[in-house]
Amino acid sequence: MSTFYFIAFLSIFFSILVITAKNPVHSILYLILTFFTFTIHYILMNAQFLAIVNFIVYMGAILVLFLYTLMLINLSKDSEPRKSSLVKIAGFIGGACFLITIVAALKAFKMSDATVVVKDGDLGSVKNLGKILFNEFLLPFEISSVLLLSAMVGAVLLATKDPKTA
Amino acid sequence: METLTNTIHGVPLNHYIMLCSIIFSIGVIGVLIRRNAIVIFMSVELMLNSVNLLLTAFSVYRGDATGQVFVFFIMALAAAEVAVGLAIIVMIYRNTNSIDINVLNRLKW
Repeated sequence: MSTFYFIAFLSIFFSILVITAKNPVHSILYLILTFFTFTIHYILMNAQFLAIVNFIVYMGAILVLFLYTLMLINLSKDSEPRKSSLVKIAGFIGGACFLITIVAALKAFKMSDATVVVKDGDLGSVKNLGKILFNEFLLPFEISSVLLLSAMVGAVLLATKDPKTA
Repeated sequence: METLTNTIHGVPLNHYIMLCSIIFSIGVIGVLIRRNAIVIFMSVELMLNSVNLLLTAFSVYRGDATGQVFVFFIMALAAAEVAVGLAIIVMIYRNTNSIDINVLNRLKW
């Protein structure tokens, strides 16, 4: 139980570092650490499939994509643009109000005695999720493949240079 | 694995909701206070991930695997979104030589 609180503390700590780090490369490295703590959360909940997918897709693919893009973009000459402190304070207050609203709604809802217990150890296994994914959710699964294809075509189309203007 | 997952016994669902809403709010604050387009994009990823974690927590709480399938679809969606978004950022950088979002005010009324 205390493992959860320790990992939760690390998640919050690293995600604060993500938005406060001055260098964007450091931000990405802290984001990788945050996603690693999320993987540990998934393992603690015995969601094995999601832990592996989070590890491979987020930490392996998406954040490497971020790093490559950041290295393609030369940030050295325009050093990190800063917002005025007024906008920063306003943004912080807005986010804090959002958090307070959610917490107050939670308090008003009164569900304090519910605890997360892993009842079925097989719930998040690859076998169980695969059976559900290919029976009930076969159509959304196929549609998501079309989505990925269209995203790939769109990304290539957007990022390639126009030969007429180049 | 078995001893590790036994440690989760007794964590209230409230604390999962608290953790995920704190991380979601950190993402919101990051979108509001930063001007670097890539860091804003990373804050959006942070928000998506906190929602994923909460969906998984509810899925385990209810003993229903549908929530985890939904998280899987959200991850596929996030991958597609990142690919298109980073392509747009690269294109913007090529045209304006900056990824400061305050430069991109041409669509303002």
